[in-house]
Amino acid sequence: MATSAQTDGDTAADAQAVGLVTRLIRGNIELWANLLVITWAIVFFVWQGTGFAITVGTVFAIWAILAVSLNLVVGFTGLLSVGHVGFFGIGAYTMAVLTSDASYEAARTDAIPTYGWPFFAALPVSVVLAGLVAIVVGVAFNRFRDDIFVLVSFGFAIIAFNTFLNLREITRGAFGIHEIERPAIGGWVIDGELEFLLFSLGALALVVLVSWLVVTSSFGRVLTAIREDEEAIAVFGYQVTHYKLAIWVISAMMAGLAGGLLASWTSFIDPNSFILLESMLLVSIVILGGLATIWGSLLGAMAFVLMEEGMRFLPFIPPEYVGQARQIVLGVLLVLLMLFRPQGLVGRYRL
Amino acid sequence: MEPSEQSTNGPLLRLTGIAVHYGAVVALNGVSLDVQRGEVVALMGPNGAGKSTVLKAIMGLAPVVAGEVHWQGDRLSAATHEIVQEGISFVPQGRRVFTHLSIAENLEMGCLYLDDEAEQARRLEAVMELFPVLYPKRRDPASAMSGGQQQMLALGRGLMADPDLLLLDEPTLGLAPIIVTEVFEKVAEISERLRTTIMVVEHNIKGVLDIADRAYVLDKGNIAHEGTPQSVRDSTILTDVFLGRANPGQASED
Repeated sequence: MATSAQTDGDTAADAQAVGLVTRLIRGNIELWANLLVITWAIVFFVWQGTGFAITVGTVFAIWAILAVSLNLVVGFTGLLSVGHVGFFGIGAYTMAVLTSDASYEAARTDAIPTYGWPFFAALPVSVVLAGLVAIVVGVAFNRFRDDIFVLVSFGFAIIAFNTFLNLREITRGAFGIHEIERPAIGGWVIDGELEFLLFSLGALALVVLVSWLVVTSSFGRVLTAIREDEEAIAVFGYQVTHYKLAIWVISAMMAGLAGGLLASWTSFIDPNSFILLESMLLVSIVILGGLATIWGSLLGAMAFVLMEEGMRFLPFIPPEYVGQARQIVLGVLLVLLMLFRPQGLVGRYRL
Repeated sequence: MEPSEQSTNGPLLRLTGIAVHYGAVVALNGVSLDVQRGEVVALMGPNGAGKSTVLKAIMGLAPVVAGEVHWQGDRLSAATHEIVQEGISFVPQGRRVFTHLSIAENLEMGCLYLDDEAEQARRLEAVMELFPVLYPKRRDPASAMSGGQQQMLALGRGLMADPDLLLLDEPTLGLAPIIVTEVFEKVAEISERLRTTIMVVEHNIKGVLDIADRAYVLDKGNIAHEGTPQSVRDSTILTDVFLGRANPGQASED
């Protein structure tokens, strides 16, 4: 009896100790997640130097714009879209077609029309065109929700990719478009990588600001209500389809902005940048960071970019496999996340 | 063709021959009923009789294939957002509060067409006064409330639009008996203090007959009985429709 009681006491003490540790970790998991990603970023940037930090920073800015804008639709409104990459591509191709260098294009046999627009004239067109396409697509999609919505948005991503690939008269198909403009203000071309990074971060800041204004407004509250119970909110006279269309278009315009930035930054795009997998990665980032949190999407994008860029430094992975290894790691990470932390790093809602 | 003087003397709401079909299923088969200003009207009947469908048909949420809804003498729109603007509020079954929004935010969702912030604050205060239980928790998420409190919140949210007619769909469903009594008392209080006309679908027959001025009994998509609560208590109509007897209510009228 005595030994049994003793053992019970020990188990209880153990359980208490374990409980304390889990509580310490669980209670502050958001803090830990923040610390981890930020420390990781700082260590990485210091270790790899300025040039690397600038490149990764720019990639981060573009992914973060995409993640924050997608979160408006997926996280805040509850529409799981895997078609975001389509709007990203529309923005990028608009920029590419409008600004690519005419002399370069003329030297090619299969010349496409070139306009030689400046960056700052093309960027608004990227944004607006993505928005216009979103209106058309959104009106068609508005009757759908839940799993059917996932399927139709999937369809949109496929259609967009195939348009980029096959509309050769404009996109030059698989050959892609070269010599895309960098931003220029008067005679000053934002050519340096650092300048472009700052410009991209400025664009990201704008997107974050607009998103924040949206989600903290009464419009944002209606979106939350739509996510929770679309029928109940309709009963109060809210025309749910209007709200869904509005956020869909806002989100698509932000993706168009990211596309314009990407095209200009890489100065070359082809349809492979806009495959469905990119959309899946984006959804993963949003879930990784947390649904319905802007900060979470920023954190998720940073973690994703660090992981993507970081894996090439792992000595045991041959360079030619890095691409695939990234996807495997991301896949495993997502499974683990769904098992142990379905609300993401700093989120509160589950998918 | 009723002239518009109906709007002052006639019923607040009149349904004539409303039929609702869900595909091949006939949910309502020509329902006609009146609701007078200031009344509490109970709508009773067994599962599948079409009680909730009546409310949904009024709100433009059910596929009405025949019949007309008149509001203050005029034909009522079929678009939910216009119906809400006309002054009809619907408190749906199962409370349907937005669990991630705070209580105050939930209430604010109830008055969409109000740009006037002072008026919104006034209504918020009025609802909080009517439901004192909500006030101390106004900043808490609705998920932190009990079922009874959520029902009070759902009622309060319905009142935020300052409606002339409040449609309640099973307000006591799934609540503990003591809370059921509270909900009925609150509905009676709304009727007395705010003079809001109320149409309530209920399974709790005793409770709803105690607060109703008039009652309709539905059976298989038709009105089987109309009258005062006492006439329902005196008749065998309820036992007949609940037991599925042929010619319900006939025995008592002999």
